[in-house]
Amino acid sequence: MEYHLKTPLEIEDIKKLNAGDIVYISGEILTARDEAHARILEMDEKQEELPFSLEGAVIYHCGPLMQQTENGWKVISAGPTTSGRMSKMTPPLLRSHGIRAIIGKGGMKGVTDALKGKCVYLAYTGGCAALAAELIKEVKAVHWLDLGMPEAVWVLSVEEFGPLIVGIDAKGKDIFSEVREKAQEKFEKQK
Amino acid sequence: MRKAETELPEDVVDALRKAETAEENDVAKSQLQTILKNIEIAKKHGVPMCQDTGIMIFFAEIGSEFQPGFDIEAAIQEAVILATAKIPLRPNAVDPLSRKNSGNNTGAGIPDIHWKLVPGKHLKITVAPKGAGSENMSSLRMFNPTEIGNIKNFVLETVVNAGGMPCPPLTIGVGIGGSFDAAARLAKEALLEPLDTQMDVLEKEILEAVNALGIGCMGLGGSTTALSVHVKTAYCHTASLPVAVNIQCWANRHASIVFGGEE
Repeated sequence: MEYHLKTPLEIEDIKKLNAGDIVYISGEILTARDEAHARILEMDEKQEELPFSLEGAVIYHCGPLMQQTENGWKVISAGPTTSGRMSKMTPPLLRSHGIRAIIGKGGMKGVTDALKGKCVYLAYTGGCAALAAELIKEVKAVHWLDLGMPEAVWVLSVEEFGPLIVGIDAKGKDIFSEVREKAQEKFEKQK
Repeated sequence: MRKAETELPEDVVDALRKAETAEENDVAKSQLQTILKNIEIAKKHGVPMCQDTGIMIFFAEIGSEFQPGFDIEAAIQEAVILATAKIPLRPNAVDPLSRKNSGNNTGAGIPDIHWKLVPGKHLKITVAPKGAGSENMSSLRMFNPTEIGNIKNFVLETVVNAGGMPCPPLTIGVGIGGSFDAAARLAKEALLEPLDTQMDVLEKEILEAVNALGIGCMGLGGSTTALSVHVKTAYCHTASLPVAVNIQCWANRHASIVFGGEE
């Protein structure tokens, strides 16, 4: 199935998605990778308010390449980064915020339970940053630039961002772990 | 650097096209089509194909009769700073402990420049920008000399653990022998070999076993997990057997320039 979704996402939007479906997203997405995840969790712990809202939000595991021009920031290249690095920080993030979709590449380990009933993992083709940049229409804001360009939180306005493959749905099905388990089995067999 | 970041070598694009044609898994096929589309857009607009523009690794071959008349390393350093601002490139270079970003892709030990003295009057510089997604999935092990039979399994184990994280389809460089660091260097140099080079028996055997794992493009399943496997060897100590596996994503970026006459 193919779906075209608009942000902010509702629980109903994502509950109907099945692993393997194709999704395109329009609206607003926020980039966050290692350092931004760590800072969000740190601020949550201190019960401080974030400078952006994560309700119904789409998080994009991406450290974009941006260029500052007279008219503000311009996206040069903005593909997904390896989501695996955010695996451990994701369940606590989902507990305290209403994040409905995570876009990244390579899948994540140990997050299926945390995603259940509230969030999906969408895979965007790794390295396809020139194509992604074409689908990002505007840089709406940037937070935490002190973390460096790749690690800052960029608020991006996107149109038909995709194709995204539902890698882990909100019902517990995870294509990546299925492929990984099969590969592991084959490896053990041929050893 | 601009060429390496915005255009893939023709042999790499050919290998990706062949993988797309041969793929029977629908999801993997769509992923490969997206990759090919992305390569076209990057070339057409002259923008980096991936936002991870990597750290700059240079392989310089200097002819024994080449007379530069200036500090080549300083010139390369300056070129990286210029390229970062002009292409532009993402500033990726950070201090390993404070994680402070230099902002211009240079710093202590970076760019990484490897020199080789050869006969001739030329200077050939190859740049290979290396992204972290695939580099992080690489590994090195010091085997016992009697464990030659385990080399293939070590490569497979590395690929299985990496799954979709290093952006397959991969190029896999394997360095066997030398010392701890020399094996890693061999593995990295192996990534620069043209993908249409005829593979030997060991390389073919590893490639077939890797593709039989079914990890596929981006780890979503499929028949092409790797495009090619290249093994390089060097003599080593009789008591050791270092093996390094350097993993390269589909964007096997590199470009060369020759100064001062023929290679």
